[in-house]
Amino acid sequence: MRLFPFPRRQESPQADDDVFDDDAPVPTAASLGLMACPHCAAVWRDAQQGDACGRCGTHLHPRKPQSLTRTWALLIAACIMYIPANLLPVMITRTLFGAQYDTILSGVIYFWVSGAYGLAAIVFIASFLVPLFKLAVLFLLVVLAQRGSTWRRRERAKLYHIIEVIGRWSMLDVFVVSLLTGLVQIQGFAVITAGVGIAAFGAVVVLTMLASLSFDPKLTWDSPGAQAAGRNFENREEQTA
Amino acid sequence: MKEVPDTVVCPGCDAVYSRTPLEPCDVARCPRCGTELDRHLGSQQQRILPLTVASLIMFAIANLFPIVEIELRGLRSQTTLAGAVVVLSAEGMSPVALLVLATTILFPLLQLCILAYLLVPLSRQYRPVGFALLVRAMQSLRPWGMIEVFLLGVLVAIVKLSSMATVVPGPALWAFVALTVTLTAVLSFNPGAFWEMTFRPAGGKEEEASA
Repeated sequence: MRLFPFPRRQESPQADDDVFDDDAPVPTAASLGLMACPHCAAVWRDAQQGDACGRCGTHLHPRKPQSLTRTWALLIAACIMYIPANLLPVMITRTLFGAQYDTILSGVIYFWVSGAYGLAAIVFIASFLVPLFKLAVLFLLVVLAQRGSTWRRRERAKLYHIIEVIGRWSMLDVFVVSLLTGLVQIQGFAVITAGVGIAAFGAVVVLTMLASLSFDPKLTWDSPGAQAAGRNFENREEQTA
Repeated sequence: MKEVPDTVVCPGCDAVYSRTPLEPCDVARCPRCGTELDRHLGSQQQRILPLTVASLIMFAIANLFPIVEIELRGLRSQTTLAGAVVVLSAEGMSPVALLVLATTILFPLLQLCILAYLLVPLSRQYRPVGFALLVRAMQSLRPWGMIEVFLLGVLVAIVKLSSMATVVPGPALWAFVALTVTLTAVLSFNPGAFWEMTFRPAGGKEEEASA
């Protein structure tokens, strides 16, 4: 199956996806004066920013509105929450022998020491590496998009797909702690309670997910000129608002 | 404002393509950025309603029965998913409780109910009330249902507990496994396809009726 770029490339079909020239000018919706509905994917000509889609009623925007500003805000908030999420205890186990405070990483170490290497790896990847990777990638994407950089755009698009897929899996620890808290309530013998750290951790996951949702991947592909035009558009919208 | 028919704009990089019919099992990807543009529905359309109903049944079992039971020196303790949420909120962790409630109970249930509500009338070629709003809701809810992550969380929790107590998996655990499988199949269905399904055959009729 092949979808040909519209309208010029139709007569010269791209033989191989891998040889696609990154920097060749491609007809884009912005350059053709089209706008696509983000929800139902209908394509409109001569639509103004903020018009309602004629099919589903969603407001149309050439790019997600205030994408970079919103992503920055959410990203910075996530970075701040990342610190208490890793330093504060996420789970408190009270047994007859005393209380044990577990952070995210001490839980991983516990699995490792008790010989459950696979599980230690899963929890380490989902709870520690994935959020860190997400923050780093979003930071990279936002900075490069802001500068209008054309550096490795294909790889950047791939990174964006990856963080969209893996982001949800960092909720793992929130669910583990919730279930253990609900389950281990044997008064007098063993009681597990959730620590403040898990709230901060949940906030990191939600904030990074919101950040990746508010980032518009199209900004990666905008040429510096087109982006300046978009920014002017945003400014004008702000002034009229 | 005029609609441009048979055109696809890549949601990942804004490139414009003309839509060509897909062969069964085909997936169209943007050659520039690799974003999936379209996917052939195949026989998914007929399977999706039975799968939704199956998921709803599994969802009920998964939430009504205990997930795991532990035994510690003769003392037993068990919990359901809702039970865990209640304990969390009683401990003053209501934001976390709310997050768990939303991602594992509320959003998946909402997704399944909306899907069933949209699919049943669709087989009779008419659009239910609130169609546009509900399709949009489906699309917005998509990243936030996390049943499969929860299942992994249950497994991790079981291993964690097995060193300190006897763990007996409850009926809900198996229901969660089945639910994860059916839900993955159900939610791989792109809600955007609803617009293609109803607009092509029924759109003309509707306009005639309103004219």
